Amino acid sequence: MKTLDHAERADIFNEDEKRVDWHDETLWWIRQKRDKSAHQIPEWEDLRETASAIKSNTLSNLHDYLLEFEKNALQNGVIIHWAADAKEHNEIVYRLLKEKGIDKMVKSKSMLTEECHLNEYLEHQGIEVIDSDLGERIVQLAKEPPSHIVLPCIHKKKEEIGELFHEHLGTPKGNADPQLLTEAARVHLRDTFLTRKAALTGVNFAVAETGEIVICTNEGNADMGAHLADIHIACMGIEKIIPKREHLSVFLRLLARSATGQPITTYSSHFAKPRDGKELHIILVDNGRTRQLGREEFRNSLKCIRCGACMNTCPVYRRSGGHSYHNAIAGPIGAILAPNLDMKQYADLPFASTLCGSCSNVCPVKIDIHDQLYKWRQVLVKEGYTTTAKQVAMKTMATTLSSPALYKLAGKAARTTLKYAPFMVNNKFNAWYLQRDMPKVPQSSFGEWYKINRKKNEQ
Amino acid sequence: MKVALFIPCYVDQFYPNVAIATLELLENLGLDVSYPTSQTCCGQPMANSGFEHLAGGCNSLFVKNFSGFDYIVAPSGSCVLHITEHLHDDDQPELAKHIKETTYELTSFLTDVLKINTLNSSFPYKVGMHQSCHGQRGLKLSQMTELNAPDFSKPGQLLNLVKDIEVVELDRKDECCGFGGTFCVAEEAVSVKMGKDRVNDHAKHNVEYITGVDMSCLMHMEGILNRQQSPIKIIHIAEILNGVKA
Repeated sequence: MKTLDHAERADIFNEDEKRVDWHDETLWWIRQKRDKSAHQIPEWEDLRETASAIKSNTLSNLHDYLLEFEKNALQNGVIIHWAADAKEHNEIVYRLLKEKGIDKMVKSKSMLTEECHLNEYLEHQGIEVIDSDLGERIVQLAKEPPSHIVLPCIHKKKEEIGELFHEHLGTPKGNADPQLLTEAARVHLRDTFLTRKAALTGVNFAVAETGEIVICTNEGNADMGAHLADIHIACMGIEKIIPKREHLSVFLRLLARSATGQPITTYSSHFAKPRDGKELHIILVDNGRTRQLGREEFRNSLKCIRCGACMNTCPVYRRSGGHSYHNAIAGPIGAILAPNLDMKQYADLPFASTLCGSCSNVCPVKIDIHDQLYKWRQVLVKEGYTTTAKQVAMKTMATTLSSPALYKLAGKAARTTLKYAPFMVNNKFNAWYLQRDMPKVPQSSFGEWYKINRKKNEQ
Repeated sequence: MKVALFIPCYVDQFYPNVAIATLELLENLGLDVSYPTSQTCCGQPMANSGFEHLAGGCNSLFVKNFSGFDYIVAPSGSCVLHITEHLHDDDQPELAKHIKETTYELTSFLTDVLKINTLNSSFPYKVGMHQSCHGQRGLKLSQMTELNAPDFSKPGQLLNLVKDIEVVELDRKDECCGFGGTFCVAEEAVSVKMGKDRVNDHAKHNVEYITGVDMSCLMHMEGILNRQQSPIKIIHIAEILNGVKA
């Protein structure tokens, strides 16, 4: 079965215009909160530059920093695992659970596990996974993937969440009071936290010089899970490394401001070693990252700290929804990361942009996102991930535009058609015309006008 | 000062008045302006679609047409951005480099090169300024709302020189209109929705005209306005600055 591409999914999303307005305005409000917060920091642009430079250094010396991190973490009593790809990552998690005879696990937010499709894999092995981030729990109950990396259920209205909770958690039917729903989730999750022997978390930053990991949440759910479980499994992409602890003073200032406009996340928790009698495992995952590191034009995408600011500002994301990107990470950053994982499957994503450049401007680590979208387009076409129809159209266009005579002829033909046979253009086969009028036809082209009115200058 | 007029292909074919206004505006400032008549297109439609490798013909033609001038000026941010970022010619790299460095979008040419501070034009209407992304974020014609940096606007500075004009403040000062080249048909639903939202922001502030430095964005918004049978008209900034009565 052919999977729908971004444009087709966006078409469906746009069938309900009021909903698109609501989605757009909700995310725009977050973009505004981000602006307000960023504009209160006089050194904001310097902070972005510094963060970008630290990440450049990290990526250039990734091998050394990873080994330094491993050495220090091992000294702290942490158990380190290396996973080359999603499959190996998932198998490591499963093996750890199986060895302990655990069949239920609580998990806080980790986009890496979404990328690796860990939940589906574990469910297949008979392991029950409960997501403890409220938004993630909501989409998990709805059997949907997250639509946003920071705000996983931003596509859902509170009434829909009320219905879900009524069905799964027994809240009163028709009640969509956020306070009541949150309280119901809290009670439900509290029980989960108390009874789970294994907790899986993501990692925001891994500090090479100390071997510690830092996890940022607003709900404290990562801490709650990790503190109560016998075994804490932290999963991280290898690009999450930062060289020194002091660098957190740059990244922690940028992360939450960029994400939601908060000065800092409610919890920024450091995990350095296991508690007595408990285990802390860290899985370092490649899954295509070293390949991306080798693509010079795209390596900067690995600087991403997963704040989601590019999604909130993206006018296309806001009006097409996260699911239209059919990838764990949606939006502009998803569109430059996904083709690295599978060019064929994600060949549509770099085209789901007007290249407006707003994403690059909000990015706290200054990834040149819109330039990379442009570059991915070139790569994808060269690798053959385009349609024959598009190739033919582009070749015809290139031939016409390379010849002044052909160009003039084609221009005149287009104007004549529009003027005398508008039905040839004004029909449902012309995507422009569906919701937009064609431009009015002028008396003559500028070239023709110039010939008559400025003969003296003609070359 | 020898200036070449670089007119985007769709402006040449569908909006000759914009090109005429640009030509007259520059002529009235006493410049020696000529229009190389063999020009076609900068090649951006292919490049932005991933077919930059097919833009070679356009590149060599561009270099051929625009050699021998002090400056090249176009009433477009988008086409100028494409030239400054992507023009190359393996046979004549130095020439291509010179062209890239001397190609200007109209308003920045007026503010940065000519440094004009008076204009003989009047436009007694309520106008909304559309910031086209390639001009604003690409060529840095105006400050961008994402950045924590001092405000400025080259097109705004010029509109301030026009008598009787009222430029309104929009809710979303610099959001993309959704044109995006082939995006406008490949992603029709989102493109149109973005355009409708942009147009509504202007309508909400009771503008009579929407202006901007890029006719492509304006053409897209005009298509939507006309379909809605809206009284709001679009006008390129060159026409306002040249004092052409609308």
